[in-house]
Formats: sequence, C-alpha cells, structure tokens
Amino acid sequence: MKILICISNVPDTTTKIRFVNDNTAFDTNGVQWIINPWDELALTRALELKETTGGAIEKVTVINVGTKDTEPTLRKALAIGADDAIRVNTEPKDAFFVAYHISEAVKNEGYDMIIAGIDSSDYNGAAVGGMLAEFLGVPSVSSVSSIDVEGDNVSLKREIDGGSEVIGTQLPFVAIIQKGVAIEPRIPSMRGIMMARKKPLNVVEPVEADALTEFVSYELPQAKAACKMVDPENVKELINLLHTEAKVI
Amino acid sequence: MPVLVYTENWDGKFKKLSFELVSYASEIAKMMGTSVTALSIGNVEQNELKKPGSYGASKIIEVKDDRLNHLINSAYSSIISQVAESEGANVIVFSNNFTGKALSPRVSVKLKAGLVSGVTALPSNLDPFTVQKKVFTGKAFANVVIKSDIKILTLSQNSFEIIETENNATIEAFTPEFTDNDFRTEVKDVTKVTGKVLLTDAEIVVSGGRGMKGPENWKPIEELAELLVAATACSRPVSDEGWRPHEEHTGQTGKIIAPNLYIACGISGAIQHLAGVSSSKFIVAINKDNDAPIFEAADYGIIGDVNKVLPEIIEAVKELKAES
Ligand SMILES: Cc1cc2nc3c(=O)[nH]c(=O)nc-3n(C[C@H](O)[C@H](O)[C@H](O)COP(=O)(O)OP(=O)(O)OC[C@H]3O[C@@H](n4cnc5c(N)ncnc54)[C@H](O)[C@@H]3O)c2cc1C
Repeated sequence: MKILICISNVPDTTTKIRFVNDNTAFDTNGVQWIINPWDELALTRALELKETTGGAIEKVTVINVGTKDTEPTLRKALAIGADDAIRVNTEPKDAFFVAYHISEAVKNEGYDMIIAGIDSSDYNGAAVGGMLAEFLGVPSVSSVSSIDVEGDNVSLKREIDGGSEVIGTQLPFVAIIQKGVAIEPRIPSMRGIMMARKKPLNVVEPVEADALTEFVSYELPQAKAACKMVDPENVKELINLLHTEAKVI
Repeated sequence: MPVLVYTENWDGKFKKLSFELVSYASEIAKMMGTSVTALSIGNVEQNELKKPGSYGASKIIEVKDDRLNHLINSAYSSIISQVAESEGANVIVFSNNFTGKALSPRVSVKLKAGLVSGVTALPSNLDPFTVQKKVFTGKAFANVVIKSDIKILTLSQNSFEIIETENNATIEAFTPEFTDNDFRTEVKDVTKVTGKVLLTDAEIVVSGGRGMKGPENWKPIEELAELLVAATACSRPVSDEGWRPHEEHTGQTGKIIAPNLYIACGISGAIQHLAGVSSSKFIVAINKDNDAPIFEAADYGIIGDVNKVLPEIIEAVKELKAES
C-alpha cells in the first residue's frame, strides 16, 4: 500500500496575525512556517502504520502545492520520516486550485490511501481533501479520528456530531483526518534531519487551472472590551450579570 | 434559481443548525429576489419535514433510500448536486460542521462551484458575490469573492439568528440516480452519545482545564452544565491526559465552537485554545492567576480557586432558577 499525505505550509500557531498593502495581504514578515498541525498528525500515523504493519505499507509520500519557499516544510516532513516528497511549483490560490493540482500530479501514481487534514490553519478552507477525492473519483471518509490497516483492509473511525462510526472503505480513497489519529506529532531526530537531505524532493510544474474564489481583503476582529472582574467573595453578582446584562442565562 | 439548503437531521429530527441555515438562506434569497428550497436526506417524518417552511423555505425536497441512513460522502454529494441542477440553484448553503465539511467540497467539484467555508454573515455584495469568513482559526476575517456561476457557502455555527416566518412550504419527493461508485464506503458500527447536549449544538458550554487538577474534580462542571442545559468541554492537555473524552477538546486542534456563553474553569487561555472558543458571544473565566491570558479574552472574570468558586456558582444558579 502506498500512502500520500497532503501537507499545507502554515504560520506557526502562535503567530500574531497582521496584514499589509491596505489589508489585502497577510504579513509574512518574521513568520515561522510549520507543517499544518493536522497534516503532522497524519504523517505521524502513516509512519506508525508503516512500522507496525509488517511491510503492508510500501511508501509514505508527502505533497505540497507551493513555491520554493515551502521546501523547508517538506524537508521537515522528510526528516520526520516520509520517504519522498513532491512539490507542485505554484502559488496556491484556493482549495479548488490546490486540489486540482494534487490530483493531476498523482492520478497515475497508484496511491491507495491519501490523507489530508480537516482544515488548514491559515485560510481554514476545510476543502482540499474532499475536492481531491472528487477530482480523482474515489471515496472520501471525513472527520476521521483513527486509522488502522490490516493487510489490504483499512478501518477508520469517523466522528459525527454526537457520536462516531466505524467505517470500511474500498481502495484507493481519501481520508480527511482530525484529532485522534495520533496523539503527539513526531519530531525529527538528528539522524532524520541528516537523511532528509538525501531523500528525493520532486518538483512538478503546474498545469492550467482556475481558482474559483479570490481573497480580496482582510480584517482583524474588533478589540474586546475589558473583562469585568467580579469579586470572588460575591459570586452571586456574576450570575446576576449573566442574567440581567448579558442575558445568556 | 432558488437558494438550496441542505437541512440535516439527527435521528429523524432536524438539527437546530438546519433552521439557522434556512433563516440565513431566506435572507440571501430576499437579497437576490428568489426563494429557498430545503433538501432533506434520510428518514424524517412528515410533521417534522414541514418545519423548514416556518423559517422561510417555500419548497422542501425529500430524498429517502434505505442506503442513506448513514452519511456516505459520495452518495450524499451526488444527491445534492443532482437536486441543485434540477432546481437550477445558484447558491447552495451548508453548515460548517462535520457534515458540511464532508459534502460541500465534493459538490463544489461536481458543479465547478466556488466554495467558501466558515462564512460568518450575509453576502456584503451580490456582484461580485462577496462573503466574509473566518481565517487563521478565528484570529481574522477575510472578504472572499466567488467567481463561478454557482456559489457554495458553509455557515459558521451560531453566527446567524434563527428567524421564524409564516410560510407554507410544499413537499416533493426526489429520486436521485446512483452509480455503484457512490457506495464504496460502509458503516460497520455506530456509537451515539445520548442524553447529553451536543458540544457543537450547545448554547452554553462549561469547560475545564488543567487547573481542575484531575478527573475526580469534574463533578461541579457536570452539575453546572446540567443546571444550565449546557455541554461540557475541556482544554487539550485535559483530553490528552485522558481526564475527559477527546470529543470535548476545544481549540485549534479540537472543536471550534461559538456558543452564547463559554465558562472557562482553570484554563489559562493559550492562543491555540482561544482559537476554538473566541467566537463565543460571552466568555466567563475563573482562574486563580490574575495574569492568565484567558482574562484578555473574557467578558466576565473571577480571580479565585475553581474548587471554591464553582460550588458557589452552582448555588447562585439554583437560586436564580428558583426565583424565576
Ligand atoms: C500546535 C498546537 C496546537 C494546540 N491546540 C490546542 C487546542 O486545540 N486546544 C487547547 O486547549 N490547547 C491546544 N494547545 C495547547 C495550548 O498551547 C495550551 O498548552 C493549553 O491550552 C493549556 O491548557 P490549560 O489551559 O488547561 O492548562 P494550563 O496552561 O496548565 O493552565 C491551567 C490554568 O489553570 C489555572 N489554575 C490552576 N489551578 C487552579 C485552581 N485551583 N483554580 C483556578 N484556576 C486554577 C492556572 O492559573 C492556569 O492558568 C496546542 C498547542 C500547540 C503547540
């Protein structure tokens, strides 16, 4: 079985979000870039499966649609343990554009399990995985919280609002994962970092493709009014405020 | 060219968010001078099925099939696309919940329709079609233009008032065409959480962090939640430690919620935690550290020990209930 993991290159989760050019572009100044947290969990689970299923998994590949600037993120994925990487050499415009490029790059490569994160922590599109499945004409299982492999059988757990389901699927398929597939993401070891330098990172040129949406401007949320402090000796006052002022209880 | 809404049900009853969606779609329809069609998939009784009409839908389309008792992404998105085509819908609205996130991307590709997920308000403009959405996990908003003829939106939960209207809706059955490719996944087992308020549906959420010190101290959180008809939630380390189930984890890497009231007990308010809860209408923080960042995000705060404060809150809520 061959596994492909779609990797989004995103600002570190502690980044202070700012915009430039009259609020039309994200300010990348001084930003640390990381593997999207979900994608890191997906990679971690894929490597665990590769190690524990006695040869059932041949290869774990990571793919990113991005310019040369995203290569350190792909190298990090290789250092964590992916076998090879693909970069589609173009600026990602929207989810439709990204999913189409991934489908074009991999449609003849025989991946059995493709994993994407439930959303990307930058533009929160929550769409690449599902769109990719549709472009490839394969099933998708979404909000997946665990993945198990036995021979050629894949068993997944999917969270639904108010419960969960165990799902079996034909291969190939796309798993759109969230919390639970792995608990702690793996971090690269010294040896991993050394080895990553020699692992293949294949650059694929983009195809003709449209974006269907365009991000035209950005806004920051309005600053919150200062927190109203309630005397700990007078807790009743809090309930009173919630009842009469906020009117939420 | 109506606005099409996918109205989801849970055990045969429409979810609250379905009515929120119909209300939202009705306002878009008014802006565009058109009507709203609601689509229901699965078994919903006739009495229930009429309900989207009370929120502005003028037509309700029903698709029933024994194979559709569970969500199957391919089959469901195929149905929605077929209905959208037969109705000539040019705007399709989903919730930005697990189901909406599962289906809307597939429908987007089938119909070559631009998708914007996590929309927070009505379109600010119809030409070009412009909507606002959350980006950077709640830390900012973006204005996004959809360039395709058909537009797909997923609405952030709890971001639009439910508005009741008087409207008589017609109900129509629709028979979709399937291929074998629509049924390549199979649900083998289902676990349902019953008797609890769903975290993503809840108007009030009571949440505990590492400051609760251990799972044995969760009684007051549960008691308060029960009193307020609230859901319970927790911070990531709490679910990582196994103090609470994973479904309760809120934040950047957990559930993103937007209740009317979020009560944070012993939660420091790390940026990743706030990413999941900052859209709550009101936040209450109880923390013994007056420097905890949660107080910057909160509307009301108490500096104190949760073990002492929570029982007093419970008492005060009981008194309030007794009075009213
Ligand atoms: C990539 C990434 C993703 C992450 N995603 C998430 C996420 O989705 N959700 C999430 O929650 N975190 C997430 N985190 C972790 C986050 O950074 C914080 O570590 C976490 O939110 C802290 O949880 P906490 O507030 O429960 O615990 P702590 O930070 O330990 O805070 C406990 C608080 O309780 C207070 N306290 C202690 N005892 C008492 C008492 N008796 N009475 C009153 N107050 C008391 C303390 O003053 C303290 O403020 C993520 C981190 C990373 C790097």
